[in-house]
Amino acid sequence: MHGVSLEIPEYQVTAIIGPSGCGKSTFLRCLNRMHETVPTARVRGRVILGTQDIYAPGVSAIAVRKRVGMVFQRPTPFPTMSIRDNVAAGLRVMGERRSRAETDDIVERALVRAALWDETRDRLGSSAVALSGGQQQRLCIARALATDPEVLLLDEPTASLDPGSTQRIEELVHELRGSVTIVIVTHNLQQAARISERTAFFLAGELVEHAPTEALFTTPADERTEAYITGRFG
Amino acid sequence: MSATGLTGRQATGLRARRTRRARSAVMVALTGVAAVCATLPLLFILWHLVSTGAGVLGLDFFTNTPRPAGENGGGMGNAIVGTLILVAIAAGIGLPVGVGAGLYLAERRGTRLANGVRFLSDVLNGLPSIVTGIFVWTLVVRPMGHFSALAGGIALGTMMIPMVARTTEEMLHLVPTSLREAALALGYPQWRASLSIVLRTASAGIVTGALIAVARVAGETAPLLFTAFGNQYWSTSPNQPIAALPLQIFAYAISPYDEWHRLAWAGALVLIALVLAISIVARLTTRGRFAGANGG
Repeated sequence: MHGVSLEIPEYQVTAIIGPSGCGKSTFLRCLNRMHETVPTARVRGRVILGTQDIYAPGVSAIAVRKRVGMVFQRPTPFPTMSIRDNVAAGLRVMGERRSRAETDDIVERALVRAALWDETRDRLGSSAVALSGGQQQRLCIARALATDPEVLLLDEPTASLDPGSTQRIEELVHELRGSVTIVIVTHNLQQAARISERTAFFLAGELVEHAPTEALFTTPADERTEAYITGRFG
Repeated sequence: MSATGLTGRQATGLRARRTRRARSAVMVALTGVAAVCATLPLLFILWHLVSTGAGVLGLDFFTNTPRPAGENGGGMGNAIVGTLILVAIAAGIGLPVGVGAGLYLAERRGTRLANGVRFLSDVLNGLPSIVTGIFVWTLVVRPMGHFSALAGGIALGTMMIPMVARTTEEMLHLVPTSLREAALALGYPQWRASLSIVLRTASAGIVTGALIAVARVAGETAPLLFTAFGNQYWSTSPNQPIAALPLQIFAYAISPYDEWHRLAWAGALVLIALVLAISIVARLTTRGRFAGANGG
């Protein structure tokens, strides 16, 4: 990837689209320094979160990841933990002591925000893997929201879900705007058009174009963008 | 060629099919016999142990020490307790070192040290147990100047380490990397992701592996011959020679007395019951509440 310069506005939903292998996910993983977990990966450049460069010397990746939550393509509930403990998992490394009641409170709020509370309120103590795929994905969103991050990165969150669950996640993303900045990578152009305020189009490791979603889909400035969104390749 | 008869090709086809089916039936029968043969020894052993050993089993057997030759009665209480102590010492050494080594092998997979350790632990796994016994004799018994429970426990623990290390590594590998990533993305430091997510997810499998290792060393005789040595009297001191079921069975089985032979059978019955019990517990732990390494 090279030459990417992109401003992601606060409290809005920014969608990243592009063909497979164009670097969408890699870019996303640069935003919370998750790509560092790949041994051969390296990065040059700056990512400014608020006023801080998250790659500045002395900034720890762990601190960055606490401010920037992430949800992956496939649901990743922790199988040994209950639903409650899954949501509370991130809190345990936040370095503050909380009473049980406080934790329960945060868990409830996170599940409400992730639109999962009504389905799980009676079974918080049961295993998280007993949930359906769509519920597991919302659980992962709740887990990411529990620590109250500034940014939420969604890496193709609906790629492994059926249409019904996909719709619920999309509604959820819609409700979350205004309270958290969301960056979503998606393969689905309709999804990008439905849920995002801004869209960025990546091709072969390069940022081709970024614009308000409606403008990008109706009057793309670059012909490669036009070719992609009209289905001529990718 | 009549309407009801078979054409030449159909007839050949039918014959070929019959031979094929017959051959298949023979092969299925052969593998079936092999499958039964695989379990027959266990059934025979159990049947023989129960029929010859169960008669001697009584409260006496579990509470008394061996009596001198010629006197009736006596038991293996000290040997049962001795085996439990030996296994406890072995587990105290083998489990932490084994699990730690397995964790290293899984986390640092592909490094030279990890590959070397993996190879050597496979070699150690195949090492004849009597060699482990000699090794511990030189290392512990000689400097101490006498046999001891501690030496026996060290010998058994040495055997457990590679077994536990390899199962731990295998179990950790079954945990999808996406779980580790999810933990890291939540702001978990590497070590915490390894311990509280990856290790915890694999724990059911690791516990099973550990119990199987315990069951295996509980029945070992050779490494105890010149380490724990055996003891005719009650002793629970780690610094003294200690009785063990396999040793006691060996001593009684090669004796010329019928009474001792019967006691040996009873001891074998108790030993195998102990090992079976551990194996069954191991089976049950894999069905724990949130068990299953790759749920997701």
